[in-house]
Amino acid sequence: MKPRIAVFKFASCDGCQLQFLNAEEELLKLTGQVDFAYFPEASSRMREGPYDITFVEGSITTPDDARRIIRVREQSRYLVSIGACATAGGIQALRNAADIEQYRRVVYPKPEFISTLSTSTPISEHVRVDFEIWGCPVNKDQLLAVTRSLLSGAKPTLPTHAVCTECKRRGNVCVVVARGEPCLGPVTRTGCGALCPTFNRGCYGCFGPADDQNMEAFTQMLAQRGITGDEAARRLRGINGYVSPWRETADAIATKK
Amino acid sequence: MPSRRRSRTIRVDYLTRAEGESALHIKLRDGEVEELRLEIFEPPRFFESFLRGRDSREAPDLTARICGICPVAYQMSTVHAFEQTYGIAIDPAVRELRRLYLCGEWIESHALHIHMLAAPDFLGCDSILTLAEKNREAVERGLRIKKVGNAIVAALGGRSVHPVGACIGGFTRTPRRDELNGLREQLLAIRDDAIECVRWVGSFDLPAVERDIEFVSLRHPNEYPMNEGRIVSSKGIDAAVDNFEDYFDEEQVPYSNALQSKVKGRGAYFLGPLARMNLNFDRLGTEAAAAARATGIPWPNANPYTSIVARAVEVLYAVDEALRIIEAYHLPSAPAASFQVRAGIGRAITEAPRGSLFNVFETDDNGLIHSARIVPPTAQNQAQIEADLRELAPELVNHPKEEATRMCEMAIRNYDPCISCSTHFLKLEMERA
Repeated sequence: MKPRIAVFKFASCDGCQLQFLNAEEELLKLTGQVDFAYFPEASSRMREGPYDITFVEGSITTPDDARRIIRVREQSRYLVSIGACATAGGIQALRNAADIEQYRRVVYPKPEFISTLSTSTPISEHVRVDFEIWGCPVNKDQLLAVTRSLLSGAKPTLPTHAVCTECKRRGNVCVVVARGEPCLGPVTRTGCGALCPTFNRGCYGCFGPADDQNMEAFTQMLAQRGITGDEAARRLRGINGYVSPWRETADAIATKK
Repeated sequence: MPSRRRSRTIRVDYLTRAEGESALHIKLRDGEVEELRLEIFEPPRFFESFLRGRDSREAPDLTARICGICPVAYQMSTVHAFEQTYGIAIDPAVRELRRLYLCGEWIESHALHIHMLAAPDFLGCDSILTLAEKNREAVERGLRIKKVGNAIVAALGGRSVHPVGACIGGFTRTPRRDELNGLREQLLAIRDDAIECVRWVGSFDLPAVERDIEFVSLRHPNEYPMNEGRIVSSKGIDAAVDNFEDYFDEEQVPYSNALQSKVKGRGAYFLGPLARMNLNFDRLGTEAAAAARATGIPWPNANPYTSIVARAVEVLYAVDEALRIIEAYHLPSAPAASFQVRAGIGRAITEAPRGSLFNVFETDDNGLIHSARIVPPTAQNQAQIEADLRELAPELVNHPKEEATRMCEMAIRNYDPCISCSTHFLKLEMERA
């Protein structure tokens, strides 16, 4: 029997599961090897678990979803969270440090009808996660590589070093050194192909914290360019702002002024 | 003879092959619709709240995250709004590149919707995977087209989902002429595919309906509309983008607690490829217009089911437009115009694949966002989707549940709804009588 795959969505933009559809010919090849038992964005045929591999996109932001993810875990042999929302709470986790009541009132005239938690949290804060693929969006090749590893019974691995390494390998001119542009590359996990520096701009941290980061040096680099206080904190308070140690560093910078 | 039951409830718990999470609830009594709710359980993400206090220069990276399928449209409407506030003049060559960027998104998003989300409905399949078993050629053609759309976005933004190249004033990097030559080859290679795609979807057995619909889109003096133009409608609206709020309103309807966009004093309206084509057929160019006519479908028309054909025609238009832009391309003198931030209000509409996306941003002296309002096309289409379902509903009694569900889903998919986008969608409360 073909391995059964499921793709579940929580609070997100759909961009990470779209990477499956963006796999195009690879997707058709993959469907020869697996059974997409639950993938409502792609198929009307939704079947119950158990699932061999479950991909989870999105963060937990409602009481219903906090219950739903537990059921998803129970039905899944191997659970992979995909993308910044699922691994870090995503951009919507900016609410975590804010007044949610005010957030509700800003968007909705009748805020009392909005059922939402005051936080947006990663899947790993709710259930055991077997593997995480970071990125906003996830890299299609990483997604396929992890899928292939799991199908062949191998333990998936992805690099966790900083964007800088990849940027050097691409032969980019450093945007910090040459243009004085602040860049999160030194503290951000590789995986995008050092896209932003290749496009003449600083990295903004889509792939979350690297393993070998030095937050103190990073803060100094910003300060040397006159970026301090809230302005500096905002650099870290983005797509992966809720995750350690970026959250703590941003809080420390913001209060120091 | 189908039995005519007095009362019937139809529930679709999870609308599939759409971006985002929604459900449908219809209650019929004596052939009349008693309740009809398109329920959106996609959780709100509060973009308009967390954008407050952020730097306007960060905004295109943030608003892109509203939608993984149409991030370019969000980036474009965002940067155009701030460029209005800051009084930035855009280099004509950069303006053309932005059109190219959006052509890429139209191609990938439309090809995705036609082949992966909608076509299975018309061919009795539950997904593209089963469609591929039946008609592999059509699926492979669709994937080829989609891939070139993605390649265009990636050429200008580095990647197709949440690209990084767009900024206020232009792009952070503009491609050299020779970099675009590869894209030109790829576009030429799928041109026949795009023509065949129009013919293919034009041959589908589309339900024949005629509805009283107000179509709304941008209209430009001499181009098919993308980032600029006036707001026009099939019932006589002709207004500047700055006056959007004078004509359109978001209101709460008592039964659903949902914000629904309405034309003030009139009601629901229809955005998207069919609206654009109905209002801009004369701007399509000879090739796309000829392909559209060859389907035998009259244009303009008021049958929402012809949306899939309009989408295919727009793919062909976008392929030809992209080729035109690439062939005339010369490297802009600078990738982006320099500018000074200042306090003010800026409004913009971009024609996202699914229709007009309106946003308005207010900034302070330091270029920090004071307020943001983003009105995505699917939120605006919601009232029209419900209106269509209301007309369809009495027919549903005569069909078994599975077929009734499929008919409802098909009617909703005409709008290629992108529910993740729609921060204005609420979770609707269930009525418990």
